[in-house]
Amino acid sequence: MWADAAIAAVKSLVMLLLALNLTVLLLWVERKGSALIQDRIGANRANIFGGILPFNLGIVNTLIADPIKMFTKEDVIPAGADKLLHFFGPFLAVFPVLVTFAAVPFGDVLVIGGREINLQVAELNVGILYVLAMSGLSVYGVVLGGWATNSRWSLLGAIRGSAQMISYEIAMGLGLIGAILVFGTLDLQAIARAQGATIWGVIPAWGIIYQPLGFLIFLVAGIAETKRVPFDLPEGESELTSGYFTEYSGSKQATYMMSDFAEIVVVSALATTLFFGAWQVPYLARDGFHFPGGFALALPQVVVVVMQVASFVLKVLILCCFQILVRWSLPRYRYDQLMDLGWKTLLPLALANVLITAIVIVLAG
Amino acid sequence: MGSVTFFLLATALVVSALTVVVHPNPVKSAMALVATLFLLAVEFVFLGAHMIAALQVIVYAGAIMVLFLFVIMLLNLSDEEAEARRRGRALFRIGAWIGGGVLAAELAALFLRVPFPAPAAPPAGYGGAESVATALFVDYALPFELTSILLLIAVIGTVVLAQRRAS
Repeated sequence: MWADAAIAAVKSLVMLLLALNLTVLLLWVERKGSALIQDRIGANRANIFGGILPFNLGIVNTLIADPIKMFTKEDVIPAGADKLLHFFGPFLAVFPVLVTFAAVPFGDVLVIGGREINLQVAELNVGILYVLAMSGLSVYGVVLGGWATNSRWSLLGAIRGSAQMISYEIAMGLGLIGAILVFGTLDLQAIARAQGATIWGVIPAWGIIYQPLGFLIFLVAGIAETKRVPFDLPEGESELTSGYFTEYSGSKQATYMMSDFAEIVVVSALATTLFFGAWQVPYLARDGFHFPGGFALALPQVVVVVMQVASFVLKVLILCCFQILVRWSLPRYRYDQLMDLGWKTLLPLALANVLITAIVIVLAG
Repeated sequence: MGSVTFFLLATALVVSALTVVVHPNPVKSAMALVATLFLLAVEFVFLGAHMIAALQVIVYAGAIMVLFLFVIMLLNLSDEEAEARRRGRALFRIGAWIGGGVLAAELAALFLRVPFPAPAAPPAGYGGAESVATALFVDYALPFELTSILLLIAVIGTVVLAQRRAS
């Protein structure tokens, strides 16, 4: 029993560190990536040791100096604010996002001393629904944070945010139904294992091959859920100052920012799990590589597991970078365009995708 | 172990449900209702009914309650207004206290007299995806479809009413 508890604790810790580190790393990728896109140098100043070091320490600036600055700043609570809800707002935004990682598998089984450890924090047979349920709760952070500060900008941002998140949740959920139909399960680990198969012995049977439209719908709706450009109307800094977190400062504002970045990682992790073979490395089984054509390469189990986890992290990182690329490439939507895209484009497309997938599955037996 | 977690959860559940009723601030009252629905979902998890728990959170806590909050914020109800509306209803208050008191006494008497047998274990697959789907799409397929038509009519009705107001 103690061994089980210890294993569960270590698994949770690994996943939490993975999620948090990816989130913080994304901050740097965002700064540096935006600088590259806009032809600036960007995020390159960190006057550590009086500038005597020959190389620049831009990454130190973003990863260490910035958080220290944020968390030691004065926490301003505006007059007329609801103190309790003002305090809980950032937590309600970040907590549901971080707990979704519990259902995401980050590897196959690891065998230590005859004990099989499933590399997934919570083995839920309704994994996808759990993730959708939790990400649905993150809207409260936006709504309450905006309302509690007693500011017009914040309230407008909160109302925009809640309308946007609810609209796109529907498209997001329906976009995933196609993949659920293909794999016939709601268990994320089972979906990950199913993607280890190959089509005609050559092409890895990843979700994107069966569900390209489903992936597109999920990704667009997912980017809208993160409330970033081109869907950043809840924040809308040119009209609402900073939207729902206008009246937050210091560590609370940093927490709101972190929840957005953590959401990018969640969307990427979920897209990886459902559409890009989760932790699968093509042709890699538990005992080593089995290339098409009969060539096999046996590998020790630990090496296989390390490669699987690395593959998962790499895929998530690539999708995160893609989202940052989108954020710095596209202009912001107008609000009516945003609602049209969600309700009149994505929703009918998602419904058609579900219908066609179901018909094909029934016909194919 | 099981009963300890149950009673801890049940206490939290009752407290948050009471907060919904007694809290003067409508936003906080709505948030307490969200907490109640969420704790109810946790209760379903302890029963092994993962599917029902997930649906509970997605449908009630994640969607319906957000719309509740949305409307409360748009109307911008404040404590004072609600307080003013409540004043001058002393008679209602006394009646409510008496009714509630009688109900509480009856419940207490019931708890003392009737023995509570240990609950039977839930059937295999209770509240899982398969059993919920079988109930919805096989056993009660017709009522389920009729309900969706009813909801569709309600949606169309809302649109028609909203359009009439605008023109």
